[in-house]
Amino acid sequence: MSSLVEFREVGFAYPPHPASPEGRAFAIRSLSFTVGQGEIFGVIGPNASGKTTLIRLLSRVLAPSQGEILLEGESLDRLPRAAVATRVAVVPQDVPQGFPHTVEELVLMGRYPRAPGRFFESDADRAVAREAMAMTGVIALSGERLDRLSGGERQRVILARALAQQPRLLVLDEPTAHLDLRYQAECAGLLRRLNRASALGIVLVSHDLSLAAELCDRLLLLAEGAAVRVGPAESVLEEATLEAAFGCRVVVDKHPVSRRPTVQVIWPGG
Amino acid sequence: MTPWVRLLTALGALALLVAVAGLVSLFIGSAPVSPRAVLAVLTGLGSAQGVDEVVVLSLRLPRILAALLAGGALAVAGVGFQALTRNPLAEPSVLGVSSGAAFGVVLAQVFGLRAGLLEALGLTAFAFGGALVAGVAVYLIASRAGGLPVHTLLLAGVIVGIFFSAAITVLISLVDFDRLGGVIHWLLGNLAPISARALGVFAVVAAAGFALVLGQSRQLNLLALGEESAQQLGVNAERVKRRIFVGAALLVSAVVAFVGPIGFVGLIVPHALRMTLGPDNRILVPTALLGGGVFLLVADTLARNVVAPAELSVGVITSFCGAPFFIYLMRSRSARIGL
Repeated sequence: MSSLVEFREVGFAYPPHPASPEGRAFAIRSLSFTVGQGEIFGVIGPNASGKTTLIRLLSRVLAPSQGEILLEGESLDRLPRAAVATRVAVVPQDVPQGFPHTVEELVLMGRYPRAPGRFFESDADRAVAREAMAMTGVIALSGERLDRLSGGERQRVILARALAQQPRLLVLDEPTAHLDLRYQAECAGLLRRLNRASALGIVLVSHDLSLAAELCDRLLLLAEGAAVRVGPAESVLEEATLEAAFGCRVVVDKHPVSRRPTVQVIWPGG
Repeated sequence: MTPWVRLLTALGALALLVAVAGLVSLFIGSAPVSPRAVLAVLTGLGSAQGVDEVVVLSLRLPRILAALLAGGALAVAGVGFQALTRNPLAEPSVLGVSSGAAFGVVLAQVFGLRAGLLEALGLTAFAFGGALVAGVAVYLIASRAGGLPVHTLLLAGVIVGIFFSAAITVLISLVDFDRLGGVIHWLLGNLAPISARALGVFAVVAAAGFALVLGQSRQLNLLALGEESAQQLGVNAERVKRRIFVGAALLVSAVVAFVGPIGFVGLIVPHALRMTLGPDNRILVPTALLGGGVFLLVADTLARNVVAPAELSVGVITSFCGAPFFIYLMRSRSARIGL
């Protein structure tokens, strides 16, 4: 498996806050890992462990303070923003409140990096957008405004926008955060199909450890900006390791059907 | 309908309105010129009298052109500011930018700049400086780590506007009143006939501002996703914001320098267009140019005629329309935008 993304000893610190200039803590510390072509790679870890910073680094919103990130062998820093966006598509949790555009207009925005100088999208852009909407099952909603849709519908529309970028790598930020069980299952099935159909690489950032274990070929467990462990779900999701990283007691079991690890919290005081 | 067809249809309809409003406005006014005489002047046929010619070609026509230009410029600036701040209430006069530009113009007049080509450029430069200072001040006062909260932005705009109005009053009190002839009338927004040269400078500056905003209109759509998502789609968000801000400030300062700080055009026109044509800035920016022009031309034709032979300032008309409209928008949108 050749590498799609490679982090080499990457470090990142946010600029010091004026109120506490001494508090220049590293959000990411000498982090190294690779994501293979067509791999589903999960990133897990407690709050403030650096997951969001990792997404920003991967999508070139932030540049590393140390080390280097390679995208298909090229240094991410030397690629123009639009060139990165043709290969890496980020799926955020939601669109801002009051977002005024329709579903189709939003999905068409995914075509921007392919031809930033174009005023209106071409017919070919429209065809790609329709295909992306068909893939996530939202084509019937194309004329709707986003604030009229349910959480699950919005999530699929945002995913369609990312697919319209025709990326090599899809980065998902908590894709199931707003979804009920049925949509979680649909979302997982959709990601698996996309991954298999077009060898699309996926980085899945999630708090849902069992979902990550179910979907991902390998997991990266982050804590305080550093990698605690990288590897297959079975080797990362160990009770002692998770308890140290998350600071609470857990039980790791096997899913009765898929035989993948599942993680459950032991609720304190019970 | 493809977007090009939609845009061209809307532009065609608005161009028709511009033509009709322009023609009507040429025919009416407080000076007693008969429709036949206006026709004679326009077509060059028949016997046109010297006085009629002056009224139609030197008074009414330049005023119509100035109204079209100023209205268009203000509406385009409104679209730009609204997309930039992701706030439908943002508008040059609400944001304090107009007051900043007006302060610049009064300052320039204190230094003795009045008519002529160089002076027209100088006035615009002073207005632009004032608009930039006011805009940056509002931004710095209102910005938080997470962005620009709606509340704070509007309050900061009002405060900066009050500050510059006070500063204008100080300047006016300090100098000999005669040197600032007509300044009060101008401060209300007044489309007194302006010279062909001034009109030319006005058009060039407004064209530059329009080009800057139009060039970023697709990127403005993406900015509605939030800055981070826009960047992840390849948009250089800082550059877009800079260009829109400079473009809108150019438009506002040209208007303020040549016809005065006219309020609320940048609020009413973009909103009406958004309701009929949707939120796509690539359609709103060009249609606002024509729509704003028609709106201000109609307002000015009213201002010239409702209390004839006296005249109202056109800014009075737009404020009478704009203030209730602002309240309506604030109340109907407050739930959605979290005001």
